[in-house]
Amino acid sequence: MALEIVYFAWVRERMGMAAEMVELPAGIATIGDLVRWLAARDERGARAFAEPQRIRAAVGGAMVGPDTPIGDAVEVALFPPVTGG
Amino acid sequence: MIRVAVQAAAIDVAAEYAGHDAGGHGASASFVGRVRGDDGLVELFLEHHPLLTERGLIALGEEAAARWNLAALTLIHRVGAMVPGDTIVLVLASSAHRAEALAACEYLIDRLKTDVMLWKRETFADGRAAWVEERGSDRERAERWE
Repeated sequence: MALEIVYFAWVRERMGMAAEMVELPAGIATIGDLVRWLAARDERGARAFAEPQRIRAAVGGAMVGPDTPIGDAVEVALFPPVTGG
Repeated sequence: MIRVAVQAAAIDVAAEYAGHDAGGHGASASFVGRVRGDDGLVELFLEHHPLLTERGLIALGEEAAARWNLAALTLIHRVGAMVPGDTIVLVLASSAHRAEALAACEYLIDRLKTDVMLWKRETFADGRAAWVEERGSDRERAERWE
């Protein structure tokens, strides 16, 4: 399944890119699975996702938790806690 | 009735106020957030999502309109590079009575800090740059509304 992942703030900097298209391997069902897979995939992922508790995610505009299924989402955003205002 | 904007241009508070208040509402509450020049800060950069940041502001505005009896709502957030003294965020909430306008205004700024896709990066005079960390006190204030 093809999925676009978009990165923001220091997650984007550590990944060295703002977005990528990935082909999800079998068994990656939730946001938490995706973060663990990215952390294990390469050195950049290991640096960006070393502390999964500091990672937030959004699908289709809604903030979602690590147990949320990716389902048929076309874009998942991964980023640090927000700091606007 | 709800005006939302995410913009790189400077926020014209007087013009926004004039447009917002055209209805002659009984009570208007406002919040203006500005860049502080603490610790030799020379630039504040606000990163955002090209689509979802605005959508998040709209959702917050709709939630406030459902909670309180509001006549008008303006919610504007600036993005990109700013310097000390610049306006980052403007919230205007109007109602027939002050209690609802004040509560909605406070709700919007509290929730905006924890719910909307925006990230601050500070650059200081010595060249040091760092992403701003989430503050526990902001989260506590936002959670009061749940």
